[in-house]
Amino acid sequence: MKTRVSALESWFDANPERPRLIGSRCRSCHSYFFPKETFACRNPVCGATELEDVPLSATGTLWSYTDNHYQPPAPYMSPDPFQPYAIAAVELADEKMVVLGQVASGTATGDLQVGMRMKLVAETLYADDAKEYVVWKWAPAAGNSTSARVARDERSRS
Amino acid sequence: MSERQVAVLGVGMHPWGKWGKNFVEYGVAAARAALADAGIAWTDVQFVAGGETIRNGYPGFIAGASVAQALGWSGAQVTSCYGACAAGSQAISVARAHILAGNCDVALVVGADSNPKGFFAPQAGERWTDPDWLRFRLLGATNPVYFALYARRRMALYGATDRDFAKVKVKNARHGLTNPYARYRKLVTEEEVLASPMVSDPLRLLEICATSDGGAALVLTSMEFARKHTTNPVTISGISTVTPRYPSTIIEMPNFATDSAASVPAPPVAFRDSITAAAYEQAGIGPEDVDLAEVYDLSAALELDWYENIGLCPPGDAEKLLNDGVTAVGGRVPVNPSGGLSSFGEAIPAQAIAQVCELTWQLRGQAEGRQVDHAKVGVTVNQGLFGHGSSVVVQR
Repeated sequence: MKTRVSALESWFDANPERPRLIGSRCRSCHSYFFPKETFACRNPVCGATELEDVPLSATGTLWSYTDNHYQPPAPYMSPDPFQPYAIAAVELADEKMVVLGQVASGTATGDLQVGMRMKLVAETLYADDAKEYVVWKWAPAAGNSTSARVARDERSRS
Repeated sequence: MSERQVAVLGVGMHPWGKWGKNFVEYGVAAARAALADAGIAWTDVQFVAGGETIRNGYPGFIAGASVAQALGWSGAQVTSCYGACAAGSQAISVARAHILAGNCDVALVVGADSNPKGFFAPQAGERWTDPDWLRFRLLGATNPVYFALYARRRMALYGATDRDFAKVKVKNARHGLTNPYARYRKLVTEEEVLASPMVSDPLRLLEICATSDGGAALVLTSMEFARKHTTNPVTISGISTVTPRYPSTIIEMPNFATDSAASVPAPPVAFRDSITAAAYEQAGIGPEDVDLAEVYDLSAALELDWYENIGLCPPGDAEKLLNDGVTAVGGRVPVNPSGGLSSFGEAIPAQAIAQVCELTWQLRGQAEGRQVDHAKVGVTVNQGLFGHGSSVVVQR
């Protein structure tokens, strides 16, 4: 059995029970950053140099989404043959920021609608002989209705 | 006002395509065409500003000198500018500043690129602190992925349809049909666009700009110098190279996240709205004065966003503007009469310069087959990744 490790440990805690993105927050003005800032706050009227690592919210609202039907160039580590995947932009309520991620496998754009609730999950992105490299992905959260999706599809066909 | 203006005395381009040559060759061809158009010799140029390309090795990073050497060392002052897709306007801006400061009367601005087929890729190597590398490694987020996020958002917010996006492509293909510098000169139908392969839902192959080879150049001069050569020069009255204001809350290539608006509210004017606003302010005009525009249609859907960002209509009205024919040649404010990126493809450091070439031909009445009647004021807009705004106001 291969070891599962975060593909980028300083960005993502791949704990399968409780996966979390790791951002930073300015100790002075409380602005959040992802990826984390390490040496200075980017608020132009702050600029403080003390920031702390914080786990970001693991749920949010779908701001937009798409997918990729063609294999991206390196350094994307594509399976062979290439598998299309969806990508989501999710707005975190507390942090008031939008964070991108691939969408968990098994969910296609047809299953998504702008405004739906999403949750963070951990999933293997690629593997070598010894390890599986895990990234954050977004997946639909429980309790989303499907009616808006149908309405949108009808409108876009008009 | 007049002392804040510079003249566009000459413009020139090398046709866009996939020619497989060194980018310097395209730059030299465009420069010679612009010099001939201005009626001056290369040795009259006192300052050269090159738009850089990162895809052609060291000569690309020092593009101003690469082109100057190929034209023959003349002792001109030189600079090279990079701002991704906004590299061209950075070069225009530096040339204007030297002219307005009295450091020179005649400047050559040139940008050219030679590109491989397919998706743009990040710099090679293991680059774990480079967001442009990481977005490919961790997300597989190509450029069209970002374009598609905007397109889907537009559908959700304003009810834009696949057919609206296809109509943008149909319009721009018609505009580019007779442009001798365009790469694609072929009419397409909405059905052909909608039948082309899906790349990133909802965007299809014919709705996403290609990567191209090409070159464009301008001869910019002081107004005093220009009046010795022509009675009614085209002028540049505003240039914007603004950055976003914090917090920038729209996801931008190549980032993984937006800024946070948790402790500082989002600014009243979002980044893309601020780009042309700064150029209008310099020129002392508003969007109501604009007769035509060249906008950065990386995707057909993105062209609709730009209508609103440059003030042609309120948010959500772009589809109506398109469907009413307002933005087609013959309409009230034609957009991308050149055919746009849709007909050209993207030759990164040349693109913002090519937009000014087209407006100059239009304002002179030389845009055969796509001429906008009575055009007096034109505006360009584009954007380079990593926070580079780009807009130029051209008047006659």
